[in-house]
Amino acid sequence: MGGFLSAIGDVVTNDVTYSGAMRFAALLAFAAIGETIAEKAGTLNISLEGMVLGGAFAGALGMHLTESVTLGLVFATAVGVVVASVQANMSHRLTANQFVVGLALNTLVLGIASFLNTSIQPVSKAAHRFEIKPLSEIPLVGDAFFNQPWPLYLVYPMIPAAWWLLYRTRWGLEVRAVGENPQAADVSGIDVNKRRRQSVYIAGLTSGLGGGYLVLGQIGRFEDAIVGGQGFIAIAAVIFGGWTMRGVIGGCVLFGTVNSFRLTLPTVGHELNSELLSAAPFVVTIVTVTFFAYRTREPRALAQPFVRGLT
Amino acid sequence: MSSQQPQPAAEGPETAPTASAAAPPAPSRLREAGEAAAMYLGCIVAALIVSAVIVWATGGSWQAVFSALLDGSLRAPGRWGETIGIAIPLVVVALGTAINGRAGVVNIGQEGQVMMGSAFAAYVGVNMGGPGPVVIVCLLIVGALAGAMWAGIASWLLYWRRVPEVLTTLLLITVASQATGYALKVDWLLLAPFREDRSVRNQVSDQLPGGVRLPRIDIWGNDFPISAIAVVLMAVIVFLLFRRSVWGFRLRMLGRNPRTAQRAGVSTVKYGTTAMLISGACAGVAGAMMLSGGDFGNYRFTPGFANNIGWEGLLVALVARSHPVGIVIVAFSFAGLRAGSGFLAATGVEREISQVVLALLVLALLVPPAILFIRQRRRALSATRDRT
Repeated sequence: MGGFLSAIGDVVTNDVTYSGAMRFAALLAFAAIGETIAEKAGTLNISLEGMVLGGAFAGALGMHLTESVTLGLVFATAVGVVVASVQANMSHRLTANQFVVGLALNTLVLGIASFLNTSIQPVSKAAHRFEIKPLSEIPLVGDAFFNQPWPLYLVYPMIPAAWWLLYRTRWGLEVRAVGENPQAADVSGIDVNKRRRQSVYIAGLTSGLGGGYLVLGQIGRFEDAIVGGQGFIAIAAVIFGGWTMRGVIGGCVLFGTVNSFRLTLPTVGHELNSELLSAAPFVVTIVTVTFFAYRTREPRALAQPFVRGLT
Repeated sequence: MSSQQPQPAAEGPETAPTASAAAPPAPSRLREAGEAAAMYLGCIVAALIVSAVIVWATGGSWQAVFSALLDGSLRAPGRWGETIGIAIPLVVVALGTAINGRAGVVNIGQEGQVMMGSAFAAYVGVNMGGPGPVVIVCLLIVGALAGAMWAGIASWLLYWRRVPEVLTTLLLITVASQATGYALKVDWLLLAPFREDRSVRNQVSDQLPGGVRLPRIDIWGNDFPISAIAVVLMAVIVFLLFRRSVWGFRLRMLGRNPRTAQRAGVSTVKYGTTAMLISGACAGVAGAMMLSGGDFGNYRFTPGFANNIGWEGLLVALVARSHPVGIVIVAFSFAGLRAGSGFLAATGVEREISQVVLALLVLALLVPPAILFIRQRRRALSATRDRT
């Protein structure tokens, strides 16, 4: 037990933990911001994993073709939206079961990405770091906030922007109405399925960008297992956060920190079982959601398809 | 399909004749069935064309790919036995999924439940002595219990703390794969004891002893484990449960309209939990059958033993729209795709293409029922509009 506590102490006083936590949290936040909007409109978007993965591969491919990080991110965003358009039109135009569509899309994107990855083998490298000089010298957390690969900083303006979109615009009001009571929204003249499709497009946009950030900002090279369930954890963060922007970001930071702990523990010289450590983020996610899910209320029409005249 | 629609024309039969005169005449049943069949065929062909284009775009030969897939699944000697062997766990997983789908509970963690089932079965099969048949039965039961336990966690959290089961089942997959990976590193759990003939101690369990393996049937050089017969029986039982039993009716009521079910005295918690446990047990048994059947991993449990069978079984159930007969057919075709992918190496195209074909087929098969549903809705709506 003492060994364990000293290990925790070592990790907490190590600045690598904080910068790693920020990087993981940023990936989760990219995906979770869009997912929040999609879930507010009533889509439980299982294909988030596929969107991030598609974005990651497209980012690597874009870098391979154009040798520019910016264009790589543009590619990534575009592919995220393409995946989202399949999800959106299948589940909110044809009203097919959104879980089936999501699962099939995850398989499809993984299949296509690993197929193309072996036949093209894109070459990419990580974006340079952007250091904000005096601030990055702050002990412990300076690096975490002010010395990161530059695509990470894109997540900061996205958080207030998404909040503003969701809570301060007419569009956001309609999106929330559609997720709470689609029948009432329909009667008041809102095109329910159109709003839902648009919100899924936004999820594709942000999580595609997140995939691009993952490959170009964090890892530098595409591999099949690059996302490894992070998309699912982002969905968990949305549920953990009770569908509020503040809570969702809190969830992302929490799960990102757990992930970073897992990676820092071995580097500061503490041997722990690798399987148990890899399972830790998932176990922590389940436990925390267990404690917080009861206090929150999901959008009432979450995961229910809307067909006019059918209640 | 038709039973799913609440009838909008509930006003009474006396208005019906004028309404049907005003509404566009409903096409005959035969023509409707023909249209549906044509739509399914068209969508499947479209999915195959898209996959052919992907192969062609990356410089492969699509004729060679499809021919290899057919060879590997059916045409080459002994291959349809292999396909049946793969179809067995797919059908079992899918039958379980059909049960929880009917009750309106979502379980997408079959992959983890398969893994838990096979890991526990491996432990029992290796360590329990005694007559072979007894051990086999115990192994299958323990596998079922392990799968049910894993699904039970999700349903317990759902009814205790309202944690969405979609999320927990999904996250428990990773936990299961890490936990079984851990068990394969520890001597007193699953790791095979060190022997002279193995130089490396990698993560692999002991092989099941000869008496603890399911007997295999051999028809014209195609051999598959005897569990195939049990699986067909299971499909029949599930069919009868759905069609003829009170329990099956209650499950459907719960899935279609929880409020009605509650009023009629069907306990959401009780029936939901039962459905979830059965679903997990099916996935666990599928894992135990995979282990003792011999088509996967050569009677050894390894990391990644489940090999996406859980995911594919789930897709089978969803594509077959939870119909037991449909499940058997779809499972056989998906298994064919998997067996066929083993022959792809000769064509020089990566075997991941079979995943792409599978996912495209799943997406394509979602389209026709959706279009039929929407068309039916429009017809019903226009009928009500004409009446008023």
